Amino acid sequence: MCGIVGLFFKNPALEPELGHYFSVMLDSMSSRGPDSAGFAVYGDEVPAGCVKLTLHHPNEQFDWAALASAMSHRFQVAPNVKVNATHARLILPAAEQDARAWLTERFPGVAVMSAGRRIEIMKEVGAPAAVLARFNVRQMTGSHAIGHTRMATESAVTTAGSHPFSTGPDLCLVHNGSLSNHNRLRAQLQRAGIEFRTDNDSEVAAGYLTWRLQQGASLKEALEAALHDLDGFYTFTIGTRDGFAVLRDPIACKPAVMAETDDYVAMASEYRSLVGLPGIERAHLWEPEPATVYSWTTSRN
Amino acid sequence: MPLQPRPGLRESATFDRHVIHEIQRAAETGIYDIRGWGAKRLLPNFDDLVFLGASMSRYPLEGYRERCATDVTLGTRSAKKPLHLKIPVTIAGMSFGALSAQAKEALGRGATEMGTSTTTGDGGMTPEERHHSQHLVYQYLPSRYGMNPDDLRRADAIEIVLGQGAKPGGGGMLLGQKISDRVAEMRTLPKGIDQRSACRHPDWTGPDDLTIKIEELREITDWEKPIYVKVGASRTYYDVALAVKAGADVIVVDGMQGGTGATQDVFIEHVGIPTLPALRQAVEALNELGMHRKVQLIVSGGIRSGADVAKALAMGADAVSIGTAALIALGCNSPKWQADYEKLGSAAGFYDDYQDGTDPAGIATQDEKLAARLDPVQGGRRLANYLRVLTLEVQTLARACGKSHVLNLEPEDLAALTIEAAAMAKIPLAGTDWIPGIATRGV
Amino acid sequence: MNVIDLSQTTVRELNHALHQLEPTDPGPRWVVREPRGAHAIACGLRVPVTVEIEGHAGYYCAGMNQFATVRVAGNVGVGVAENMMSGFVHVHGNASQSAGATAHGGMLVIDGDASARCGISMKGVDIVVKGSVGHMSGFMAQAGNLVVCGDAGEALGDSIYEARIFVRGKVKDLGADCVEKPMEPEHFSLLKTLLERAGSEAQPEEFRRYGSARRLYRFHIDHASQY
Repeated sequence: MCGIVGLFFKNPALEPELGHYFSVMLDSMSSRGPDSAGFAVYGDEVPAGCVKLTLHHPNEQFDWAALASAMSHRFQVAPNVKVNATHARLILPAAEQDARAWLTERFPGVAVMSAGRRIEIMKEVGAPAAVLARFNVRQMTGSHAIGHTRMATESAVTTAGSHPFSTGPDLCLVHNGSLSNHNRLRAQLQRAGIEFRTDNDSEVAAGYLTWRLQQGASLKEALEAALHDLDGFYTFTIGTRDGFAVLRDPIACKPAVMAETDDYVAMASEYRSLVGLPGIERAHLWEPEPATVYSWTTSRN
Repeated sequence: MPLQPRPGLRESATFDRHVIHEIQRAAETGIYDIRGWGAKRLLPNFDDLVFLGASMSRYPLEGYRERCATDVTLGTRSAKKPLHLKIPVTIAGMSFGALSAQAKEALGRGATEMGTSTTTGDGGMTPEERHHSQHLVYQYLPSRYGMNPDDLRRADAIEIVLGQGAKPGGGGMLLGQKISDRVAEMRTLPKGIDQRSACRHPDWTGPDDLTIKIEELREITDWEKPIYVKVGASRTYYDVALAVKAGADVIVVDGMQGGTGATQDVFIEHVGIPTLPALRQAVEALNELGMHRKVQLIVSGGIRSGADVAKALAMGADAVSIGTAALIALGCNSPKWQADYEKLGSAAGFYDDYQDGTDPAGIATQDEKLAARLDPVQGGRRLANYLRVLTLEVQTLARACGKSHVLNLEPEDLAALTIEAAAMAKIPLAGTDWIPGIATRGV
Repeated sequence: MNVIDLSQTTVRELNHALHQLEPTDPGPRWVVREPRGAHAIACGLRVPVTVEIEGHAGYYCAGMNQFATVRVAGNVGVGVAENMMSGFVHVHGNASQSAGATAHGGMLVIDGDASARCGISMKGVDIVVKGSVGHMSGFMAQAGNLVVCGDAGEALGDSIYEARIFVRGKVKDLGADCVEKPMEPEHFSLLKTLLERAGSEAQPEEFRRYGSARRLYRFHIDHASQY
């Protein structure tokens, strides 16, 4: 159903080249997922008290300037807006909930793809190579990125149905596999206040993690609980503000390969995706064990 | 023995005699009921559709002089050597092991006489089968019993099996009484054991990895052979879309009426959807991807007559496949063995205990004496006759609808007789424009 | 020798060329450079030729191998030597899942570790892993020998038929119907031969043997929980 990739730089000197290496990784997974593609890039961190939002509108001619102007009226300060194809990255000195509430009321046709202080999620229908070109991913910089190429299994091929799914501030998930108990779980999570926009099983996994984290679990605890509460086949790669995590279900039929050097940690559905990384010939290569949480973080101020 | 009801005796619809018998059997043996055949309960099927024959606005073709062609080509998408069949009816996969060698030979002879294909089953390819079948489709199953590259290269097409209609999600089963020396050797199993089969393929899971497996099979056979993907009907719309994306040349959809040599009754009757809605879903998926007629669709599961074949083609299939019907044509459940059926506690027309290996017709058995009851030459002739009748029936119906090729039959040639069939097939209820769930035709 | 660079030639062209070789005179060895994780490299070989892959291969490397010798100076993806009939496949690095799946004959040697489901449904192949194997290895293994010099993961030999499993290290746990069995003289000499052919210095005395308890061969209600 899919290809997933993740790249995390331990060495900050590589950050200007994130987009370059990441695009090559994602493009190589097109054969696993020709329908749509998406990615989360963790770039510059906005100051505390600010929120970085990635917004989407299906019409590429959408008047983002008008939205920014209306927003500055409401929040007494002009947001920093950068448009990229059908998306816009917006930085606002305000609380996330306030910004979301205002958008829902004033611009219901605009979707929030991600929110946080570092994360930027963009995703679109179309062949992965086209999506990468459309968003000019090669030029992006940052410390880490996760991405997904989609072969839709049971839900529709739409922008909203593409991965990554954002489930909380600076948090997102990509999934290779197929869950089997997501429908009942979705209903339970909805009753607990989590909102869903699609019928996609991966969105349920993302919502489940959000719920667990809201209940006070650490990421590791949330993922360990997922092993118990989620049923089906999955390799998950999760992006967090300062790192990323990988988890495979106990049966572990869906593939996952990891590579680590002093400079980076990378994961992909197939080794093919990693061949362009610097020093890959000498990297430590391994496959994550089933039902085991793997995570890496970098300490940031 | 016919039931003699008395006034005052009322059978429960919930706990009817079949249910009571099954509960008592379960209590006695402690094991689920295993049998052959497909779903036996009444389901919406092709009988609920009828053709709109020629009238003032549509003209028929004459029966004799005016051509109504029946040929079909399978595997045009990527294979160097697609299959050219003379009729749009093929013989479905049934294993040597479930069936006797004589039965497999008879199927090959009959199919070849009519210019169509047979399919191997969950046990591998026998030399007799390859010899007697002009077109042979080689199944690639989770068990991989007998799988080898020489047979792969000898095959005319390769059918990757994800599942079958009788048990979508279940693997093959062959009980010890049918694991003869020869079967055991072909399957690399000890003689006489109950064969436990895997339900997932050992080296791939999911359409993304299926893509890579299809690539490997093409590489091994130098891209010559059409690759089929077979699924049991459940989430057919998604399965067909995914099979197309994974690279399949031909897709085979087997509805819940599809037969099996041996499976748990509970699986047969309660898992999977009927052939009618599965077919419609499959065609919808192909149309949405722009692949209808480019990736060919074969449908199976309860195909019985030329009417069924014609209706399946009208709904958009490129061909149909028969299993149970082919065995009946050979002589399965023939009244001439009535005395033997009764000794087994069954009767002609009711017998489905293929798993026991004591089939009186000599078809679903490895017992030499029983298997000798089927003369492969005569059996082949009977199958060819039946296929001939199916073809003539399809042509009759197609000509009545003004078609010079049976593949020109289309959904608009049909009307539905019941609400279920109208909803499942998305064909309007006869005399109306109404399709339940849709306002008017074509929407 | 024939040198093929997969950054210049396609896998399809390589395999096609290998399929044209004469069985009685297959010619010199082939060296494949820049494999870069490509799939189906050297699959469907049917002559006694030697193919050396310099780097990491993807899925199904040497799939359905017959008579050929394939060496990989790197790692391999899913299903290396799957359904091999005969010949010799040697992986210098690690192997991903389902190594040697459903293979009927020949020998598969993995110098590093094999992942989950090593030898799944094997039907006569000899597999020697100098490192460890992952969970569900030897699942439904019907015939052949699986030799593990390192450790074995969970559910080793689940639903095993008549294949033999030998493990030198620790076994995390055994699958349904798989039990430890005593080592007889014939097993020591079998292991000696297999280890020598695989180029391992491990000693047969260090191994324990596992195989089918044969309780699931005919269904019996007392074992229903094992199904």
